[in-house]
Amino acid sequence: MSIELIIGILNIVLISTTPLVFAGIGELVTEKSGILNLGLEGLMLVGAVTGFITLVLTGNYFYSLFLSITSGVILSGIFAFLVLNLMTNQIATGLALTIFGIGLSAMLGKKFAGTPIDGLNPYYFIVISFLLVFLVGYFLSKTKSGLIIRAVGENHNSAYALGYNVIKTRYLTIIFGGVMSSIAGYYISICYAPMWQEGMTAGRGWIALALVVFATWKPWRLLVGAYIFGGVAIMQMNLQAFGVELPGQFFNMMPYIATLIVLVFISSNKVRLKLSAPSCLNIPYEKNS
Amino acid sequence: MQSIVEFKNIFKSYPGVIANDDVSFNIKEQSIHAILGENGAGKSTLVKILYGHVKPDSGEILINSDLAIINSPSTAKNLGINMVFQHFSLFESLTVAENLILGMNEKISLTKLKDKSKTICDKYGFNLNLNSPISSLSVGQRQSVEIVRSLLNNPKILIMDEPTSVLTPDEISKLFKIIKNLVKDGLTVIFISHKLEEIINLSDYVTIMRNGKVVSTISTQNEDPETLGYKMLGYKVFKAKQVSNINFSQEIFNIKNLSTQSKDPFTINLNKIDLNLKKGQIFGIAGVAGNGQKELMEILLNENDYEFSGDIIFKDLNINNLSTFQRKSLSISYVTEERLGQSAVPEMSLSENIFLSMSHKSEFKKGDFINFEKINTFANDVIKRFNVDTPSYNVKAGKLSGGNLQKFIIGREIMSNPELLILSQPTWGIDAGSEAFIKKTIVELSQKGVSIIIISHDLDELLEVCHEISVLYEGSLSNPLNVENINITKLGKYMGGLFD
Repeated sequence: MSIELIIGILNIVLISTTPLVFAGIGELVTEKSGILNLGLEGLMLVGAVTGFITLVLTGNYFYSLFLSITSGVILSGIFAFLVLNLMTNQIATGLALTIFGIGLSAMLGKKFAGTPIDGLNPYYFIVISFLLVFLVGYFLSKTKSGLIIRAVGENHNSAYALGYNVIKTRYLTIIFGGVMSSIAGYYISICYAPMWQEGMTAGRGWIALALVVFATWKPWRLLVGAYIFGGVAIMQMNLQAFGVELPGQFFNMMPYIATLIVLVFISSNKVRLKLSAPSCLNIPYEKNS
Repeated sequence: MQSIVEFKNIFKSYPGVIANDDVSFNIKEQSIHAILGENGAGKSTLVKILYGHVKPDSGEILINSDLAIINSPSTAKNLGINMVFQHFSLFESLTVAENLILGMNEKISLTKLKDKSKTICDKYGFNLNLNSPISSLSVGQRQSVEIVRSLLNNPKILIMDEPTSVLTPDEISKLFKIIKNLVKDGLTVIFISHKLEEIINLSDYVTIMRNGKVVSTISTQNEDPETLGYKMLGYKVFKAKQVSNINFSQEIFNIKNLSTQSKDPFTINLNKIDLNLKKGQIFGIAGVAGNGQKELMEILLNENDYEFSGDIIFKDLNINNLSTFQRKSLSISYVTEERLGQSAVPEMSLSENIFLSMSHKSEFKKGDFINFEKINTFANDVIKRFNVDTPSYNVKAGKLSGGNLQKFIIGREIMSNPELLILSQPTWGIDAGSEAFIKKTIVELSQKGVSIIIISHDLDELLEVCHEISVLYEGSLSNPLNVENINITKLGKYMGGLFD
């Protein structure tokens, strides 16, 4: 294998893995505060389509990124209102958000499918994604605000009793997660493959969700995991180029199998589970009256 | 001394219950003010209102003669009110330092926090390792963390909700010394308890509550446990006195060299436990919570296929590998610690709960169907014989009060005619009337020849009904002490792990 080929492969891995890092790190923060948001795929698609349409209509990258992020704030805000104030079931609400996002993005993007645009250089986002993981890691482990998020996810009743606003904290983490997902979507339709196509995130939202568990809720492991998953996906194309006959579906299922193995590993031991998963994840919080 | 807190006509109701009914009294600055009452008298609700955890329906609170509107714990903390909870509000997977920092009102650097908490620890004699995670601490240490966390905010008022319920006698006297020193330094302490002697030893004033109302607020100076108890209940309590000096001869139940080797740091390993129970004997297992009681009960019940070495022998039969139902068929009955979820299913009716525990008996089945007629009759008998206050056997178990449900559960187990009855925390958290009834029932049962094991944190209860008491400490069981001529100092030492 020549140096050029290796660099080429690394290049592709970097470019294709970045959306997983964005969506994954956002979901990690949301889950650290005790909320499971299964709506990543929908958030990504809506973020992708709003960014794309704005760019086609205005030609301005700043406006398109801004509107893409706004879509994430609005949708995740609705999700937050439903699960936090109306106390709906987090899993059902998240799934509904995904289904809604798939439909909404398909409807909005119908006229724009196939419109050519000038893509952005993905390396801006790649650099930011690395910085982001580092910053989130530092924020969660070293700052008081990060500690509060972990405390809320660990035991929301105690956090409230100490005087912290559980609902507000969770609003912020859910919206952070939503914004990160829409940036991931924006990256896909503007940098990775500058175009719009229905369902173009191709299940990356689900992989990002699996990634958070795979990383046992630790930012640096999330980064490593994202590149392993991303690398496997690229390997599939290359192996086929070298003539190795393995069905593509086999590689597509790898991330999920890896996640299952990690899940079995951490839940086989009560202590490991207690120390890695946020204790209040997916448990509804009812404020005392 | 002037009043620091004034409660004025506080009223709070929940569906079906009035928790606080026109509660008014004052708390003097720099005093220890106890609030005494049975479970359900409304003391916890009242202090939760003061701490902003619960909103009153009407009424006012004055702090230093100014009207205070306290609608969240953070407002309370800004007013200088802090609280140490009965069920701790600590974060298990975080370290002590992280837990302390979370309790701070103002921003503070980690080094400053460490200095400040060290000063407090040295001054009042707490011993804390700031870097260990909460999950590795004993209950007493956890309480120290809670108290230090409250003190870091320089509070003016400290509320303590049943702080002694989880401590050894030795730890309690240490805590009382600390509280007295804190009050000397200017703090006002509100102390909630249902233990009469503690209140007389510790507090300056006491407010007695019954059924949500204030009975009276008095100085503790001229009170003794008996007069105070009468005021709390409104009637005299029946004391079950166990008849001792019986020569028990027939061995019925033996535990030999029982040990576990679990690697899970959240469980306690049992260490060579030996126990000998004779027919008609009541054997108490005392000890502070979290010393292996849960694990021992799980093995006796065989709930989760716990791995252990050693032998459990019931009437010359090794029952190590028998399932819960097989053990029940041998006439062993169990009353587990958690009433809702373990002893009874809250969403199911009393009748259905009878069947769940008795489904191994053929008389409650018609082929593969449930014989509801028989079960309902049985449930009715339990309700009548054990004074369970419920409109019918169709009521869901979760709707009953703690005391009534416990009477029902114990009644259910006794009516299945056991030869061995194993009870865990039989009177925990229930009203004094039910408690007295249950104790009486247990004593009468033993006089009919039933052998009984009681695992309890409540030493007074064990001293009242048992013939012999052993102490469980970090998974080891002490030698049994005869209750007739028991040495309380020795018992206290045992509870701190100093066995002979």
